[in-house]
Amino acid sequence: MEPFAIQKLSGWGRWPVEECRVYRPEKRRAACDILRTCEGPLIARGLGRSYGDAAVNGGGSVLDYTRLNRMLAFDSDTGVLECEAGVSLAEILDVFVPRGFFLPVLPGTKFVTVGGAIANDIHGKNHHVDGTFSRYVDQLTLLTPAGETLTCSPAENSGVFWATAGGIGLTGLILSARLRLRPIQTAYVKADYVRASNIDEALAVMNRSDERYTYSVGWVDCLSKGARLGRSVLMRANLAAPGDVPHGADPLRPRKKRAKTVPLDFPAFVLNPLSIKAFNSLLYAVYPSVEGKIVDFDTYFCPLDSIGHWNRMYGKNGFAQFQATFPYSERGGLVALLELIGKSSCASFLAVLKRMGAQGPGMLSYPSEGYTITLDIPMRRNLVEILRKMELLVLEHGGRMYAAKDATALPESFAAMYPRLDEFREVKARLDPDNRFSSTQSRRLGITPAREDDHGK
Amino acid sequence: MANEGIVILGATSAIARAAAIELGLRGYGLILASRDIEENQALASDVAVRTGANVAALPFEAEDMPGHAAFFARCRDHFGDGLAGVILCFGYLDDQKTAQQDFKIARRTIDVNYTGAVSILELFAAHFEERKKGFICAVSSVAGDRGRQSNYFYGSAKAGLTAYLQGLRNRLFKSGVTVTTVKPGFVDTKMTFGKPNLMLVAPAEKAGKDIVKAALKGKDVVYTPWFWRYIMLIIQHVPETIFKRLKL
Repeated sequence: MEPFAIQKLSGWGRWPVEECRVYRPEKRRAACDILRTCEGPLIARGLGRSYGDAAVNGGGSVLDYTRLNRMLAFDSDTGVLECEAGVSLAEILDVFVPRGFFLPVLPGTKFVTVGGAIANDIHGKNHHVDGTFSRYVDQLTLLTPAGETLTCSPAENSGVFWATAGGIGLTGLILSARLRLRPIQTAYVKADYVRASNIDEALAVMNRSDERYTYSVGWVDCLSKGARLGRSVLMRANLAAPGDVPHGADPLRPRKKRAKTVPLDFPAFVLNPLSIKAFNSLLYAVYPSVEGKIVDFDTYFCPLDSIGHWNRMYGKNGFAQFQATFPYSERGGLVALLELIGKSSCASFLAVLKRMGAQGPGMLSYPSEGYTITLDIPMRRNLVEILRKMELLVLEHGGRMYAAKDATALPESFAAMYPRLDEFREVKARLDPDNRFSSTQSRRLGITPAREDDHGK
Repeated sequence: MANEGIVILGATSAIARAAAIELGLRGYGLILASRDIEENQALASDVAVRTGANVAALPFEAEDMPGHAAFFARCRDHFGDGLAGVILCFGYLDDQKTAQQDFKIARRTIDVNYTGAVSILELFAAHFEERKKGFICAVSSVAGDRGRQSNYFYGSAKAGLTAYLQGLRNRLFKSGVTVTTVKPGFVDTKMTFGKPNLMLVAPAEKAGKDIVKAALKGKDVVYTPWFWRYIMLIIQHVPETIFKRLKL
């Protein structure tokens, strides 16, 4: 019998919290044993960076996959890395950036596992050009709910492959994957920073010239109103050439910054509308429009990773992150959302805006064409109520929410936002007729049926 | 060190893996030895991909003592003159209560942790002694510093190993061969996962790096993390009349 621990688990937003039976196998065979013997439904968990309840399992089991993180093979001619699903993107960057290879898709944090990246079919600042993570997965090995090892790829067992990419862990356990890394000459980007005085200007600049940049993202001040609603700093960049790198610096080994850690939970009053307003103004002030700035990867791609446990800044009660995409034709929805946030003064410490490219083939894959906005809302009494208003607004404008950020959406909203849900359910029913794999989130969203334990939640 | 190689016995533990990666990054060639052939192969690939080191995976059973000579010969032939050291990381801990009822488990605890360790280390010791160079490093345990009702089969076997290493250190001193005893406290591995009320649990990476540092420097006895030396000092000095009444 594999040892387990009873733990209170949550996502990165530290809310909601559920008691789960947690297993942490160190051998592949142990993972198979756990699937066979564990009580209740099972869900895999990587580094726990999904914000809501995607990788928690109230009344069920959680398989912590972080110890199954072996790199199995690397071909330096093709850049293809085969690794177990528990390998983190941070480890891949540490090992391969100095050798001249980069991740084709990197989200705002590198502290996620390959398994999590596939299960949430994550996107990065280059989605408008390069698509999602699964596009660079040549093949993956799945331990199916029936206990079989199944190899799948876009060519082989493609139904299972595209149900698993973005399938939030519900098709089985991702054991390993083959990823195509991207050759690079430097670990720097050449970035252009542009200030936009309101949301219209920000979107106009993005629409006009995003195609000139591989990477594009904007920081939005959610607190400014009226003519300055949605004022932003756009940060757009391309990979830097060796000649761009500061003299004397090793192009593939930028000097590492020392990581700082938030040592304890901030008291609730630290982040209040006033301090957040000040922070947002400061941010706007310190980023004047500037062109051709050479910035190292960590600073550009994962700015918050340099602050360990940054989720403690929201205090011990946690926070919700919200991310939604509005189709290009529905920019009014985006404006209405910014107005709603401003009106309910549910200050967001940081909001991020990005223009997304075309939808990929993943059945439940989130990224779709349109404007995506991401923001944090600290815990407050009417949090669920505010999130519900935002959800309905997204629904009304034909947009969709991101499961990796969600803890509250309704099943009917999810079904409307993900028109291929039935197709996903067919694959799921074939692989997992008894619903061995489910999570607190999948039962809440009605992707899998509710269990008796879920009543009252 | 480009042509120097190190053998890691019991390579599939989390601590051994961390040590292997650290040694690979320092440029050593490696033989990873474990009875779990499949896992050991995955691990060898991992260390090779991460560090660029030459890594071989060999099957090894601590309990198969008649097979130790052949295993040692393979290691010697693999590295030739470059065989620089051995790090012993294997160990076996089962539930104490079960072992009290089933002597087979108690016996196995002693065989793996003590007899098997002595059997294989004697072969390396003789080789290094003759060459007048090399190092031996073995992971013992703080559990061997004082017998307790909760794990005394394991503890006594590790105490035996600790005493064996003391004697071996004494014997090999004049040949310039170092013998390092490592005593980990609680480390975040399969052995401790899920155990309630454990304090001061250290990451396996930290323990792995400490082992490599101590072994390469030829230290005598190290605790990892270091403060366990003082915790055990206190525990060792509790008078037996009191200690025997405690629930430890």
